[in-house]
Amino acid sequence: MKKFLAALLVISVVLLTVSTSCKQKEEGTVKIGAIFAVTGGASFLGAPEARTAEMVVDEINAAGGINGKQIKLIIKDSAANPEKAISFTKQLIEEDKVVAIIGPSTSGETMQIKDLCESYKVPLVAAAAAEAIVDPVAGYVFKTPQKDSYVAKWIFETMQSMGIKRIGVVAANSGFGNAGKGQLEKYAPDFGIEILIAETYDRAATDLTALLTKLKAQNVDAVVNWSIVPAQSIVPKNMKQLGMDVPLFQSHGFGNIKYVEAAGEAAEGIIFPAGRLLIAEKLPDGHPQKENLVAYKSAYESKFGEDVSTFGGHAYDAIMLIVEAIKKADSLERTDIRNALESISGFPGTGGIFTFSPSDHNGLGMDSLEMLTVRNGQFDFLK
Amino acid sequence: MSGEQTLQYIFAGITVGSIYAFVAIGYNIIYNATGIINFAQGEFVMLGGMIAYTFSGFMPLLPAVVLAVLITSAVGSVIESVFIRRMRKTSVLGMIVVTIGISILLREAALYIWDEQIRALRFFTGSEISSVSILGARISPQVLWILGITTIIVAGLFLFFKFTLTGQAMRACSENLRAAKLCGIRTDSMVNLSFMLSAGIGALGGCVVSPLTQTHYAMGTDLAIKGFIVAILGGLGNAIAAVAAGLLLGLIESFSISILPMAYKDVISIIILLIILVVKPSGIFGSRQASSMKDY
Repeated sequence: MKKFLAALLVISVVLLTVSTSCKQKEEGTVKIGAIFAVTGGASFLGAPEARTAEMVVDEINAAGGINGKQIKLIIKDSAANPEKAISFTKQLIEEDKVVAIIGPSTSGETMQIKDLCESYKVPLVAAAAAEAIVDPVAGYVFKTPQKDSYVAKWIFETMQSMGIKRIGVVAANSGFGNAGKGQLEKYAPDFGIEILIAETYDRAATDLTALLTKLKAQNVDAVVNWSIVPAQSIVPKNMKQLGMDVPLFQSHGFGNIKYVEAAGEAAEGIIFPAGRLLIAEKLPDGHPQKENLVAYKSAYESKFGEDVSTFGGHAYDAIMLIVEAIKKADSLERTDIRNALESISGFPGTGGIFTFSPSDHNGLGMDSLEMLTVRNGQFDFLK
Repeated sequence: MSGEQTLQYIFAGITVGSIYAFVAIGYNIIYNATGIINFAQGEFVMLGGMIAYTFSGFMPLLPAVVLAVLITSAVGSVIESVFIRRMRKTSVLGMIVVTIGISILLREAALYIWDEQIRALRFFTGSEISSVSILGARISPQVLWILGITTIIVAGLFLFFKFTLTGQAMRACSENLRAAKLCGIRTDSMVNLSFMLSAGIGALGGCVVSPLTQTHYAMGTDLAIKGFIVAILGGLGNAIAAVAAGLLLGLIESFSISILPMAYKDVISIIILLIILVVKPSGIFGSRQASSMKDY
């Protein structure tokens, strides 16, 4: 018994010293949490996001950190599961005591933790796209991807100029897909465009011929597909196989060259709005975003040996905005960081030039997007 | 609905149905030899597609597919000898849980070896945009490949199980393992063969469907569930029934889309599965007598 007690004493003493030494070591660091869907069904978002965030943090730390403090990035893999996102958020806030959180990758998860971050008063900069994340505005919740409504408006404007009037809409049955479908239905009347048919499909769909047959029977002038899932490459293939020659528009979720590769020849001519990251080299010299975009793109591509996607760019913007806010606030208080975030203006990121305000927590304008198309297997300007 | 549209929906149903059938056939082979439902079947399909894609980068399509089938068969054989054989004493239910574990293992290994990106093997004939017109309706040539290869496999399996000594021995193992052993059948190698065969067929399926459905490390789970529904629907243990049930489910889904929003597609297929299980628990084509002798 004595031996046991002695052992217990030794263990507790060791544990105590370890924990205090940890604390001492961490006083000089800035802890930032990250929740990304690194694995699972949305891994094509989360994996490049996590890689980007790690890369950016390493670069900042190598250059001396923020205001002399090193950043400690704690990445959690939610596998696109909202329940996991909720428990990781709590863990990051309560146990890790992070000053801010970046992510999650998907809109569904972000909507689940929006109120949580608000009630804990922890700044959240989401890399997910749905407009509902910042509308209505929650004091502590920001997002970097361009608004859905801009995407819908860009698509409709392009349709107007092409003389398209009657369209069919297909969307993935996910937070992102449903939000996008809602935006399209909301703004179509403003542009004099009639949605003849709007359908959702399962995110794991492997063949959509039957659904597209239904659209074909309605004689639509164009098809809009709104999703982030691999079905983005299946829709164009199935359309071509059915002999549908109408133009295909996709959402900004198409910003990954892998989808073009997977769709092969069928991807030619797809029209979609996206940030300028995908065509960074083709931007005219002197464009305010060009320097940043090319720097991020070449750093990512040389480090990971894979093509950059807009999704990684959203994480890049999220971490850079938080770093900027911490520098500006010169404080590690969550409320100070939030206030500094909201006052950021004219900050060039990969998604556009961010200017936040109390009523706008996305900070990007219509001009943050560019209409792109696929030409010879490459992204290019539509015009 | 015009005749042309009806035909188009039929083609759409056949496309999806033949993909389901491919997975269901794999279930049946292992079930026939062991009575186990192998939930890692979807992962064999995924592995086939992934390996063939990797090899197709530096060799023609045919050897790439052959290599993918051989390597996946080897993986199936290793899984059997490392996990399944050592757990013979476990109940069948226990074994099924083991196969779920194996499926997770394979999925994570694939994520580690490759990455989270989607890949698509190139089309066997033509390309993404080519299609064959039959009576005004259009179908991708790849679907004809899927149907052709499914037919060959089903015919081959039928002949194998019915007429070859090895095939009969495999069936004997599923009837009664101990009796089969007493008759001098090497039950261990029969079970191993069934895993190899099933993994190989799954991999071949993964290669043929990859141009259409694309290959992703996590695609196996969804395929496994649909394939399982089809296998149950047809009556476990019968490859021809699996194909028929696969096509039936594909057609039902396709026509349900023509009248209802697509979001209801899976609800309809599950309702039909439930009705069939209540009315005829042994499956549409299964025999009641045979199923009463099985563990399930």
